[in-house]
Amino acid sequence: MSTEFLIWLLPLPPLLAFGLIVVWANRSHRLSTGLAVGAMAVSWALGLVVFARAVGVEHLGEEPFASSIPWLPLGTGILRLGVLIDPLAAVTLFFVVWTCLAIFVYSIGYHNFGRPRGAHDRPGLPPHGGGVEPLYSRFFAFISLFAFGMLTLVVSDNLLLLFIGWEIMGLCSYLLIGFWFGKESARQAMVKAFLTTRIGDVFMLLGIAALYKATGTLSFHDILRSPDTLDGLARTASVVPGLSLAGLIGLLIFAGTVGKSAQFPLHVWLPDAMEGPTPVSAMIHAATMVSAGIYLILRFFPLLTVGWHPGEPLTTTMVVVAGVGAFSALFASTIAVAQNDIKRVLAYSTISQLGYMVAAVGIGAFVAAAFHLLTHAFFKALLFLGSGSVIHGMEHGLAASSAHGHGDHDHVDPQDMLNMGGLRRRMPWTFATFVVGGLALAGFPIVTAGFWSKDEILSAAFGEGQLAVFLVLAAAALLTAFYTARQIGLTFLGQPRTAAAEHAHESRGEMVIPLVVLAGFAIAAGWAGIPHSFPVLGGLLPNWFEEFIAGTLTGHPAAHAFTMAPLATSLVVSLGGLGLGLLVYRRLPRGAADPLARALGPVHRLLHRKYYFDELYDRIFVRPARWFGETFVYAWTDRAVIDGILHAVARGSLRLGAFLRRAIDVAVVNAFGDRVGDTTRAAGRTVRVVQSGRVQAYLAVGLLFAGALLSYFLLVRP
Amino acid sequence: MIPLSWYLLLAAALFCIGLYGVLGRRNSVAILMGIELMLNAVNINLLAFWRYLTPTVIAGQAFAIIVFAVAASEAAVGLALIISIYRQRSTVIAEDVDLMKW
Amino acid sequence: MTPIQILFLVTALAAVLSAIMVVASPRLVHAALWLIVTLGAVAVLFVLLDAAFLAMVQVAIYIGAIAILIIFTAMLTRRVMGEAGPQANRSWWLAAFIGVLLFGALLALLVQVPAWWQATPPTIGVTADFLLEDLGASLVDLDRYVVPFEVASVLLLAALIGAIVLARPAERSGGEGAK
Repeated sequence: MSTEFLIWLLPLPPLLAFGLIVVWANRSHRLSTGLAVGAMAVSWALGLVVFARAVGVEHLGEEPFASSIPWLPLGTGILRLGVLIDPLAAVTLFFVVWTCLAIFVYSIGYHNFGRPRGAHDRPGLPPHGGGVEPLYSRFFAFISLFAFGMLTLVVSDNLLLLFIGWEIMGLCSYLLIGFWFGKESARQAMVKAFLTTRIGDVFMLLGIAALYKATGTLSFHDILRSPDTLDGLARTASVVPGLSLAGLIGLLIFAGTVGKSAQFPLHVWLPDAMEGPTPVSAMIHAATMVSAGIYLILRFFPLLTVGWHPGEPLTTTMVVVAGVGAFSALFASTIAVAQNDIKRVLAYSTISQLGYMVAAVGIGAFVAAAFHLLTHAFFKALLFLGSGSVIHGMEHGLAASSAHGHGDHDHVDPQDMLNMGGLRRRMPWTFATFVVGGLALAGFPIVTAGFWSKDEILSAAFGEGQLAVFLVLAAAALLTAFYTARQIGLTFLGQPRTAAAEHAHESRGEMVIPLVVLAGFAIAAGWAGIPHSFPVLGGLLPNWFEEFIAGTLTGHPAAHAFTMAPLATSLVVSLGGLGLGLLVYRRLPRGAADPLARALGPVHRLLHRKYYFDELYDRIFVRPARWFGETFVYAWTDRAVIDGILHAVARGSLRLGAFLRRAIDVAVVNAFGDRVGDTTRAAGRTVRVVQSGRVQAYLAVGLLFAGALLSYFLLVRP
Repeated sequence: MIPLSWYLLLAAALFCIGLYGVLGRRNSVAILMGIELMLNAVNINLLAFWRYLTPTVIAGQAFAIIVFAVAASEAAVGLALIISIYRQRSTVIAEDVDLMKW
Repeated sequence: MTPIQILFLVTALAAVLSAIMVVASPRLVHAALWLIVTLGAVAVLFVLLDAAFLAMVQVAIYIGAIAILIIFTAMLTRRVMGEAGPQANRSWWLAAFIGVLLFGALLALLVQVPAWWQATPPTIGVTADFLLEDLGASLVDLDRYVVPFEVASVLLLAALIGAIVLARPAERSGGEGAK
């Protein structure tokens, strides 16, 4: 089987599973599970085969696995549809298939497959007390469609097909965030997510259009690996003064990433997206969909950094990108420190980590960004799935404690970390894997993948002389470590703060095994990219990752010389943050307030309320839009003006008609008709007297007339 | 001798008297008598013209014969009608037979 | 004034006066009798016009048949009449006017042809017998007047049948009614 053929096949099994579940298999949970997981497994296997073959190819960047077919005839040319596996795509494919498969398997347990349906459970609301999810098959159909979208995006060789995959994922994100559509908050969140990412997508579409117009093609190979095309775009001026066409297109495409990867200012949808079931959060909002945004700017790295070389000052586009990324990283991490919902912390953490990757691209650190993308996918998916396991445990504890009679009197939110505590004894596997993930996130040295990738970014920033970015990212790293330790401490350490936490128990195997698998990756993935110049460990393992990934670009970026400063900073912030967090939070008593609240005072409230950005956007965008739609367009224009015109026309027509009827039809036409009749009758009545019935009279008159005629003809006109 | 015009004048007088009888009498039988007078006047006219203008051509007399026949048949039928009407409506006054009016 | 002329004048006067009595007489039977007188006077005039046969026909047919019919009818329709009442209808004045008008018109016409006011009739070169034979022959001669003659016969037949049918009594057994 040629590799290209396998690549063509890759996205299709989940699509097939989606179709079959929708039309047929949804009658049986077993069938749906089998189809969905089986299809994903097939794609997983194909992905691994392709990956294995890809890494075996020398210079995959120059000679990628590529295959295309003519697709859309457009004017003089034909837009082609095809697949491309170069190093970047191969690595992305690798983590996508692993995380997706893990999440698919996890979902079986998360949605309580095999358990009976709860008596009070309704479709559209999350089940209580361990019953199976009522809309079980629907979930697997949606995530299968989503997997199809992501795989399409990864294997595509042109921007249009990528956009198609992008939008399919947007749709599935919408559907899955609002999976429990019975909840008002979920409904609002799904719309918010869709609309916010849409804003980014609109700009991205403008960029695609501009690119097509400028170059006549959308194929990655033709645009991004062709120095002439890139130079041409760089030299052309765009409508924005001071920005070349390449820069403008780059920024427009970056706007898509800002939306999809939840960077400031379009970050507001991601925390609300936590309304969806946890596997959704893990898959879509940690490992794959938001990663697609990063994948996009990695793919378009040549366009974004056109005209720039390492060591030079950054171009305008790169400054914007780096600025947005770095700001988002710090911004989100400050908010995460003050959140109490276990999933919200992780959501803001995702925004922050994506900011790292964006900033890395912005300063030209292609390899570092790609590396962090890879490792982040694993440990963030792990953390989300772990949090799901914790929530499940808390819910079981809730049900168990109320059944036993000594439940808490108030309603306990199973997702609030202040209600947890001491879960490390009750959920050991979850605890262990969560710690692995958390340490990776915090950048714990050597043994976690996160350390290697994060350190690489910091080194690149320092090495390029981008000190502003460096300091911002370092501060963000400190906060990241802090809130990670806070999260672990509140959730697992100390003593249970509620009865629900007391009665929690470990989750079932389908949930735990994926945790373990992902934990393995979270530890080991970093070792594929140890820089050569690292002290002690540098030369032990080849920096396979860098060599492989760097081949994606036409020019191989040179590795930085090793400096101590970034490494030292990295260690300090990581260990320091972890230590501080554990110190404060490892033994929070029951009913106690968050110590940070007391320490920070009003600032804490600001952070907890997310800097009031949701309120701000509501005031600036949402309310005016609603006013426009409801009042201006509907009430005024549609009802008052248009309907008013219609009603006026109708009334006028009726009046005109009535008038015509009265004035013309009845008065003139009818009257005329009547008059004719009356006149005839009157005339007849007058004239008929002549017919008296008396023959003699007839005769006499006849004779007279005959005589008159005769005399006329004889005498007057002879 | 007797000029043609005397005969014609006489015929005209008889005709006009007969006309008065047709138009001015109430009784239907009287009307019929007036008709007979008119026919007689016609006959006198016919024969006078025959005698004075074309005595060799016998057509004038033949015409007069035909007029006789017509007069006879008309009188017969007319009187039969009068009797029939008399039976139906018990009147012979022409004015009273006026159903065909407005 | 020749004797013929005197005879003519007397006959003419009798005809006119009796005609006037026909149309003026209040009693119907009297009018019928006056009609007979008029018819007789006309027959005399026919003789004066050298149409003796026609004079006989006049007497036989008109006086002998038609006048008798009229008298019969007058008798048959007598009951209701009561022998009295005005005999002129409402517009007798119009009738008189028309009559006078017509006479005046005819007179005016006659005056226009002076030739007719001359005295002499032309001579007939043949005998009366010959005239009679000729008359008879002409009525059956295929080149002359056989058609009117035959038509007149048919007419008489039709009148005969019609008169019988019309004058039949109204009621009949079987409800045939008046036809």
